[in-house]
Amino acid sequence: MAAPHRPAAVEGGAAALAAVAALALPWLLQALQMDFYLSVASRVLVYAIAATSLNLVLGYGGMVSLGHAAFVGLGSYVTGILLAEGVTSGGVHLIATMAIAALAALAIGAISLRTRGVHFIMITLAFAQMLFYLANSVKGYGGDEGLTVRARSLFPFGLDLRNGLTFYYVALLVLAATLFALARFVPSRLGRAALALRDDEVRAEALGFATFRYKLTLFVAAAVLAGIAGALSVNLQGYVSPNALHWTQSGTLLVMVLLGGVGSVWGGLIGALALLLLQEVLSAYTEHWEFWTGWVLLAVVLFARRGLAGMLVDLRARVLAR
Amino acid sequence: MIPLLDVRALAKRFGGVVATDQVDLQVLAGEIHALIGPNGAGKTTLVAQLAGQLASDGGRIVFDGHDITHLAAHERARRGLVRSFQVTRLFRSFSVLENVALAVQAVAGSSLRAWRPVRSEALLFDQARAMLAALGLEAKERLRVDQLAHGERRLLEVGVALASRPRLLLLDEPMAGMGPREAAAMERLIADLRARCTVLLIEHDVDAVFRLADRVAVLVNGRLIASGPPAQIRGDPVVAAAYLGEAAAA
Repeated sequence: MAAPHRPAAVEGGAAALAAVAALALPWLLQALQMDFYLSVASRVLVYAIAATSLNLVLGYGGMVSLGHAAFVGLGSYVTGILLAEGVTSGGVHLIATMAIAALAALAIGAISLRTRGVHFIMITLAFAQMLFYLANSVKGYGGDEGLTVRARSLFPFGLDLRNGLTFYYVALLVLAATLFALARFVPSRLGRAALALRDDEVRAEALGFATFRYKLTLFVAAAVLAGIAGALSVNLQGYVSPNALHWTQSGTLLVMVLLGGVGSVWGGLIGALALLLLQEVLSAYTEHWEFWTGWVLLAVVLFARRGLAGMLVDLRARVLAR
Repeated sequence: MIPLLDVRALAKRFGGVVATDQVDLQVLAGEIHALIGPNGAGKTTLVAQLAGQLASDGGRIVFDGHDITHLAAHERARRGLVRSFQVTRLFRSFSVLENVALAVQAVAGSSLRAWRPVRSEALLFDQARAMLAALGLEAKERLRVDQLAHGERRLLEVGVALASRPRLLLLDEPMAGMGPREAAAMERLIADLRARCTVLLIEHDVDAVFRLADRVAVLVNGRLIASGPPAQIRGDPVVAAAYLGEAAAA
């Protein structure tokens, strides 16, 4: 007879295992002389933060936004412009990025959250495209060619994001904090209220939930997080172009969330990891990697409605049932 | 006596169709006030106007002495004007107990708290369990709502509305689609509500209404054509012609 497992303990165990693997990864890559892949891993972390922020809006608030990448791009531009102007303080970058992302999300959210369904998709798309064209038109900061920056954000204690290893661990810390906060949020009052209005907004409001205020709160929080991902991204690449704000980029984030698991704490991370690894592996064999990625997405949507994270949960349940 | 709900000249049009036509309605504290009318009379439209899902084109709604005509639905609910729905609307991601606990949470303090787990708030769940006991659903608290029978879901629909501690409960056809035994359980529940809150009962089942209600209003084509105690409404020839006759003929 198997000892009784508590699901929470198993989940905690899986999280600890993932944390150990992520902490040990740079050392492992070095031992295998595959240092190049550290920047790939860092890219996964940045995308995981961005996808998780979209999952907050999509998976917990039920808001399908096709303009989420605009907030990521906005964060990249705010930090990028500050770097281009010679401001290197990471603290200043962070505060400016968060404040501007929050203001933009407040304005966009206050208007677009009055609509639902297809209208909401279209209006978030429209706002994102407006920011996209705005980025194209600022000639002083690269215009349609994009903005290249040589400097990187400097944080106290000599933390310099130019160093690949430092960047990896800073991004890992941000992602870990994000996932922890999300795991706290889900069973909280706000998390429950958000899920309730995702299930049935009319009923939630009829019971006394101030649904608009809660949706706007989620929308702004997700945009701030997306902005932070953008600030990290420009540090990783030393470059940001208007394409970062394009709606197809929002589509990529959406695919990551669908792949990983809508409304699952781990969905953003698993989706970013899966999509970027698929891209990395498939593009070594064929230039039509997007075609094959499409098939994988189709299979996940058809056969694993709750994404890869949902599959893992089912697998765990089956192992525990034995 | 000042009515708990005082509706004056309420109006609603959808294009050229007048759905609510100058409705005056007073609901007194502590009574069960029924609203009956044939299909398409505009009963559900009126409920949606009172609860705030639909904006009115004219008239005033005064609840407990305050003009609430322009308040949002959630603000009305927080003041104690809560509705249930004719088509069951429950939260499908949540268990039976969690559905009721959500309703308690909705009116108990702010929900802009994103750190502490709700589970640690024993009070929410104590109140939710007490409500389930009153509904006779305490044995089902862990089930998902789609695992309940139709009659149980209808009871829970009313129970969820009740858990947000209404002063005036708007029940929109609570017995819709119920068999005789289930309808009897619902009728008992509504009769017991008298001790908890005031009720505005919209119902198609005229016999149940005449047993339950203190006063009955009759809505036909968006217009109130009669209002009074059940005995008076039963004998009213206008009502009989416009509604009861039609029901008897059907």
